[in-house]
Amino acid sequence: MNSEIHIVPTPEHESIEIELFASAVYSKYGYDFRDYAQASFKRRLLKACIKMNCKDTSDLLQRTIGDPNFFASLLNQLTVNVTESFRDPLVYKKLREEVLPYFKSYPEIKIWCAGCATGQEAYSLAILLMEENLYDRALIYGTDINPSQLKRARDGILSLDTVKEATKNYYAAGGKLDFSQYYTAKYNAAILNPRLKKNIIFADHNLVTDQGFGEMQLILCRNVLIYFNRPLQEKVLGLFKGSLGARGFLCLGSKESLTFSEHRPDFEDFSKSERIYRRRT
Amino acid sequence: MNPRKKFKAVVIGTSAGGFHALQVILGALPNDFEFPIIIVQHRMASSNALPELLNHTTQLRVKEAEDKEPLVAGTVYVAPADYHLLVEKDGRLQLSEDERENFSRPSIDVLFESAADAFGDKLIGVLLTGASRDGAKGLGKIKAYQGCTIVQDPRTAEFKVMPQSAIAELRVDHILPLEEISNFLKEGLAHA
Repeated sequence: MNSEIHIVPTPEHESIEIELFASAVYSKYGYDFRDYAQASFKRRLLKACIKMNCKDTSDLLQRTIGDPNFFASLLNQLTVNVTESFRDPLVYKKLREEVLPYFKSYPEIKIWCAGCATGQEAYSLAILLMEENLYDRALIYGTDINPSQLKRARDGILSLDTVKEATKNYYAAGGKLDFSQYYTAKYNAAILNPRLKKNIIFADHNLVTDQGFGEMQLILCRNVLIYFNRPLQEKVLGLFKGSLGARGFLCLGSKESLTFSEHRPDFEDFSKSERIYRRRT
Repeated sequence: MNPRKKFKAVVIGTSAGGFHALQVILGALPNDFEFPIIIVQHRMASSNALPELLNHTTQLRVKEAEDKEPLVAGTVYVAPADYHLLVEKDGRLQLSEDERENFSRPSIDVLFESAADAFGDKLIGVLLTGASRDGAKGLGKIKAYQGCTIVQDPRTAEFKVMPQSAIAELRVDHILPLEEISNFLKEGLAHA
């Protein structure tokens, strides 16, 4: 018979295990979760244990370190994969009606969707720019840390059951054309029109460890920062500030704000309700 | 030392029937109540009016919880519709869009378990009326970390499933009629 020592978990024990896991993953694979908000990261880890049939976080850690394929599937559980076309339609309406007009005189329009997951935000922006006759001059960078998400983004295929919601959102966002012109239905999938991809670059980029991009006119990073702890949020907001061109726009998620950030003074409110900020200089 | 001083926050979870119950409790608390109160109330994903509605019923300041917001005594933080609300180790609030738990987002278990991690035995958990089993597990964790657990007496609850599941799941510290909960929060903790 096994004689097991029964250890009562305490907040400290669990917290040490999470830190250990994040450090080990960073050393082995270079993915840095060490400054993710611990409360939600811990829940994801514990859920991943159950989904991947591990008995506890130590077991999860051993298999993660030992097997890169295991880590690849774990990554899908640890990263944010929520996205939909024209999500929060009023944000897109505001972008279309009040932000894009500023870009009409620009020779080149550079937009960065940071944490783009499967790319719906980037495609929604492409539609917006196309309808405002700006797409030929535009370049959209869609970046994410998860290669399998990026692959799906490049494929540009929606599942057919999301198309209904996408269409509804498109009209709520001020779209006036027939949304079905943007995709071809095939079996259970909606294949997005290839001309939408023309000026989108999907690239592997880690907000935690990589440098920013230069001279963006607009950066969207929606519902990504909530998963970071405060120091990391500050670092990434600094990265965005440095990547924005003069008077560039920053669009955050509908429950995110700069309220508690040290970068607050460098931005003015452009649209409070849609969480769009603009660089003061 | 006054034993009340040990506590740092109150978390409250409720579902069906919760608006009335929250009105009764918050309405009877004074504006110098010494703990922050963090609330998860199940509701429709599009329902954003709750903090404003509650604000009219209490002397306490009620607001929608924001990401990385620090907690202030005497303030009531309500989880936004369609987001989980968690407490970080440093005692600040965190929002998440992770999948539903117990069919709910926000979920009471998610708040209670993360708050128990953050505050350990310095947490007071209150579970009220509701037609779901969400919250029982979270209250169990508060209890396991030796915080103070309070459940609304099911006989005074509009919907009994939620308080009953907690009572079945753990040895709750205090089972109180709705009308007595605020009084207990004001004075009774000294003997907790």
